[in-house]
Amino acid sequence: MKASLNARTIIVALVVAGLLLLPVYTTLSGNVFGLTLFTRIIIYALAAASLNLIMGYGGMMSFGHAAYLGIGGYAVGILAHEGIGSGFIQWPVALAASALFALVIGALSLRTRGVYFIMITLAFAQMAYYVASGLARYGGDDGLTIYKRSDFGGLIDLSNRVQFYYLCLGCLFGGIYLIWRIVNSRFGMVVQGLRSNERRMQAIGFPVNRYKLVCFVIAGTICGLAGALLANNTDFVSPAAMYWTRSGDLMVMVILGGMGSLFGPVLGTIAFLLLEEALSQFTEYWALIMGPLLLLIVLFARGGIDGMLGRARRG
Amino acid sequence: MLLVVEQFLNGLQFGLLLFLLAAGLTLVFGIMDFVNLAHGSLYMMGAYFAATFVVWTGSFVLGCVLALGATLLLGILLEFVALRHLYGRDHLDHVLATFGLILFFNDAVRLIWGPAGLALPLPPWLTVPFQIMPGVYYPAYRLAIIVVALLVALLLYLVVMRTRIGMLIRAGASNREMIGALGINIKLLYTLVFGLGAALAGLAGLMQAPILTVQIGMGENILILAFVIIVIGGIGSIRGAFLAAIFVGMIDTLGRAFLPDLLRQILSSAAASTAAPALSSMLIYLLMAIVLVVRPEGLFPAGRR
Repeated sequence: MKASLNARTIIVALVVAGLLLLPVYTTLSGNVFGLTLFTRIIIYALAAASLNLIMGYGGMMSFGHAAYLGIGGYAVGILAHEGIGSGFIQWPVALAASALFALVIGALSLRTRGVYFIMITLAFAQMAYYVASGLARYGGDDGLTIYKRSDFGGLIDLSNRVQFYYLCLGCLFGGIYLIWRIVNSRFGMVVQGLRSNERRMQAIGFPVNRYKLVCFVIAGTICGLAGALLANNTDFVSPAAMYWTRSGDLMVMVILGGMGSLFGPVLGTIAFLLLEEALSQFTEYWALIMGPLLLLIVLFARGGIDGMLGRARRG
Repeated sequence: MLLVVEQFLNGLQFGLLLFLLAAGLTLVFGIMDFVNLAHGSLYMMGAYFAATFVVWTGSFVLGCVLALGATLLLGILLEFVALRHLYGRDHLDHVLATFGLILFFNDAVRLIWGPAGLALPLPPWLTVPFQIMPGVYYPAYRLAIIVVALLVALLLYLVVMRTRIGMLIRAGASNREMIGALGINIKLLYTLVFGLGAALAGLAGLMQAPILTVQIGMGENILILAFVIIVIGGIGSIRGAFLAAIFVGMIDTLGRAFLPDLLRQILSSAAASTAAPALSSMLIYLLMAIVLVVRPEGLFPAGRR
């Protein structure tokens, strides 16, 4: 992270300032919708940033990342349904459940490479989807309504839109700071080395799979936090949150923003969800434009938004 | 006994249908090294084309033939306009681009045919039950699917193993650069293979259409199944795809049919009826996970590149 004044630094600074000041604007103008929209964007940006940690820095193309959104969400939803409303219990459980899931599927999936890895992570996420669909006690296919948001005592009131927005934003910045620290640590350097040349790293003597697994679990845990936030944001959690197209959305957000760039996923998520919102205002058939647009981005704009902002020191 | 035979045939029929879909996918993957998520969209387009053309022409067979041709052309067009520029790129680029195509096709279908599903009625001569054993009847149409799919599988085998084109396809699967260097028009071969894959997906879609409703998103669930099959079978291997498809079709169908009763033996009936559907949906993914853990390259890995 060189702090020189270039297009990237300016854009990132503007976006950060914009996100920080947004509630001021929406409160003054009474634009509740804008605040809800951006709360959603920020939560997805956190999920995308966690995916970027394994996909962009670690070279692990997980096609099942939405599973953690669902697991984090269901942890909150199920505990709330059973009468445990305290966020101090719900959220750690959400994180722990996501970490455990990541540990199990990571240990199995990381035995495979390339497309096989893409497919096996997809398969595990679909399994989670079907498990959630089968939870008849918790709504099954129809999903589970959360009647009361996580209760953090007097500390913070999640029902207050502005407070909730700043909580989400804090989680996003915290998540990105954590990822930044990880990427620039010795651990992060090893993981990025694995992306470049796994065989060489193994020859040097690093326990390759253990490093990858730890990275995979960290990313899953961060995404589980996004899941807990998302469930609180919509007061609802359903199997659809884990469906494979949702994992595809997350991948699109990361690639659109630029893989292996710290703020790329945030920019990508903002671009993707705002575009989706704008196009769906304009026409019911927004995907008719979005689909070919994605194709064009892949064909002509490699490196995503971050790539357009000039060459970066990757990682 | 009757039920067992019937479910067994259903499993075979579903498996063969999955094979048609997986064969195209594994060909495209094995030869062009291209991950095509939009394969399910071609399956859907085949079904929609069939539903339209059968009404237009008034003939089931003629409509299906036209639909097959239309899917073939659509596949070739798609390859020519967009996808050929993506060969040799990162797999992730393929995933993203074809994910965009799925979005596009779903909304295009919604725009053209409307959000409600279509039905493709069968002609009377295909609705009669067929006596396969004394006292055992099976729907003629499902039997027809089995026969057609087996014939196509045989044809595919003959084309790939016995003709010059097939030789090129196999050569392309084992070493792409080399057959290009030997002066083969590799671009034409790629377009041809993609068209073939699209036609196979369209065939699967149009044959499935009279059994299920023709609807948006019908290709997505089955696409994942097809991916599971080629991963289990070993990417690029048609033989692996065939065996894995039959296996997956059987497990899925038999699991759905008999798992609830089996679970009822051990669990309370209420618990069984909630657990069984989820468990039978999971069976295939569980199978794939086990296969990949034991043999990370699939059961029948194609020749190493």
